[in-house]
Amino acid sequence: MTQAASLPHPSPRKLLLMRVRGHRGLLIGGVIVLFALILALAAPWIAPHDPYAQDLSRRLLPPVWDPRGSFEHLFGTDALGRDYLSRMIYGARVSLLIGVCAAVGSGLIGTTLGLIAGYYGGRVDAFVTFFVSVRLAMPVVLVALAVVSLFGGSLWIVVSVLGLLLWDRFAVVVRSATMQLRGQEFVIAARAMGASTPRILLVELLPNLVGPLVVVASLEVAHAILLESALSFLGLGVQPPTPSWGLMVSEGKGMVFFDARLIALPGAAIAILVLGINLIGDGLRDVLTPEGRS
Amino acid sequence: MLRFTLRRLLIAALVALVVSAMSFGLMFLSGDPAFAIAGEGATEADLEVIRRHFGFDRPIPVQYAAWVTGVFAGDFGDSYYFSKPVVSLLAERFPATLKLGGLAILVALALSIPLAMLAAVRQNQLPDRLALGLGTIGQATPSFWLGLMLIWLFAVKLRWLPVSGSQTWAHFVLPAIVLGYYAAPSMLRLCRAGMIEALQSDYVRTARAKGMLPRQVLFGHAIRNAILPVVSVAAVEFGFILGGSVVVESVFGIRGIGLLAWESISRNDFPTIQAIILIYAMIYVWLTFLADVINAWLDPRIRVS
Repeated sequence: MTQAASLPHPSPRKLLLMRVRGHRGLLIGGVIVLFALILALAAPWIAPHDPYAQDLSRRLLPPVWDPRGSFEHLFGTDALGRDYLSRMIYGARVSLLIGVCAAVGSGLIGTTLGLIAGYYGGRVDAFVTFFVSVRLAMPVVLVALAVVSLFGGSLWIVVSVLGLLLWDRFAVVVRSATMQLRGQEFVIAARAMGASTPRILLVELLPNLVGPLVVVASLEVAHAILLESALSFLGLGVQPPTPSWGLMVSEGKGMVFFDARLIALPGAAIAILVLGINLIGDGLRDVLTPEGRS
Repeated sequence: MLRFTLRRLLIAALVALVVSAMSFGLMFLSGDPAFAIAGEGATEADLEVIRRHFGFDRPIPVQYAAWVTGVFAGDFGDSYYFSKPVVSLLAERFPATLKLGGLAILVALALSIPLAMLAAVRQNQLPDRLALGLGTIGQATPSFWLGLMLIWLFAVKLRWLPVSGSQTWAHFVLPAIVLGYYAAPSMLRLCRAGMIEALQSDYVRTARAKGMLPRQVLFGHAIRNAILPVVSVAAVEFGFILGGSVVVESVFGIRGIGLLAWESISRNDFPTIQAIILIYAMIYVWLTFLADVINAWLDPRIRVS
């Protein structure tokens, strides 16, 4: 017994760190997202050219791996003579900004609804569940397209529309987690001590939901980035000349017969970034939630 | 069971009603729909004529009631753009979308079930990891981009398939692959889990003990039980596929409902947009209702809660 007691016990924080280090998907996702974050934050210093500067004498220059390409424009130029690499780098900004802001907005809505539904139960819960069903029945892409077309496309319109449409998973996850927690002793104790309902929800319950919230949030960031790219591709998202990856694919669409690079590069960027965020989300679920560990 | 079904039916009807109100209200979100139809530079007199013509001068609840009554009778009003009944437009466009959706479901089943079986038999080995990895990458790939890359490869470089349009079956091959690819991962995961559970069950052990060949055990016993939930998910996936067809149909120029929706949105053709949103929502509500009832019928525990 004395031997067992003297064994070194890693602290919970250390255990978590060990699990993070041992998770390959999480590490790969982390590297991808970190890279995208650096590109987005340091875009003005990294980008070799102005992403908006047009030069019609330098239209559709080939990339550096083409025999006719040059190091002046590593990824070549687009149909308006803008440096493609610089537009790709600034594109990381647009994607991450929209993804994160939309997830924060939908997270606020979904968490509020889920907390209230899970804590009160009964009729309140039935109403929120109904509200979630209504939201799920609405075809997201169509409604988003219609709303953006009515209000006109801009970055903040797209963020608001996505924020208002993508809260369902937050609500469902927070609701069921709150239901499991509300009968526990620390909640009953807080109530017995006379804590107000907002205090119980925000101070007692919310900190216990950080794990699942982080997981859902990362998956919703990826979801929002994919949706933004689809909206922009269809011409009802971010408007030109903003360097959005989805919009760049759309602008290169007519060139599919001559120059697939204009489509391949920004599309691959979306896929890699979304893959990275999804890997982080899945990895965090494995690491943070006990059910996820195998 | 009857009480459960009726309760679910009532909820489904309420959801449908709220969605119908929302899709109707969409038109008034920007303020004056007459202005959106007339476009820039319309005079006040023009707007007045449009308001009178389309009945925007009536109170909104009255307009909504008139619209809903029409919908129950199968009348979605007239398209502003084509000046003919929305119903006839939809009837024109629905076959292409249904064909695409059906083919996509077939692609998804053909992709997910064999992969799931392979993954379950070789659990945590290379095939399993490959199958799961394929799903993870698929979920990250934008559908419009995958579509364009397939067009580039198979239509532009190899010239095996047409670039776009919906005239022949060959036009549907690439879009069905793209849509099916997106529906496959959720089916794959479900079927894999079901197969793993079935392979560990007593009846599979008995079958093996009797000396049946592994092939017979797999196809005769295990797959039958693992495939049931996949079928109910396939129904729900069909709804998602219809929703996702907006993007894919516009990439491949398939003259279906999705393309019509996109065109109508850019034309401010509200009756058509409202009808399509409502129909998509109805299909979703119906499919989830059916899936709920089937699941409750299969598993009595669900009925009680």
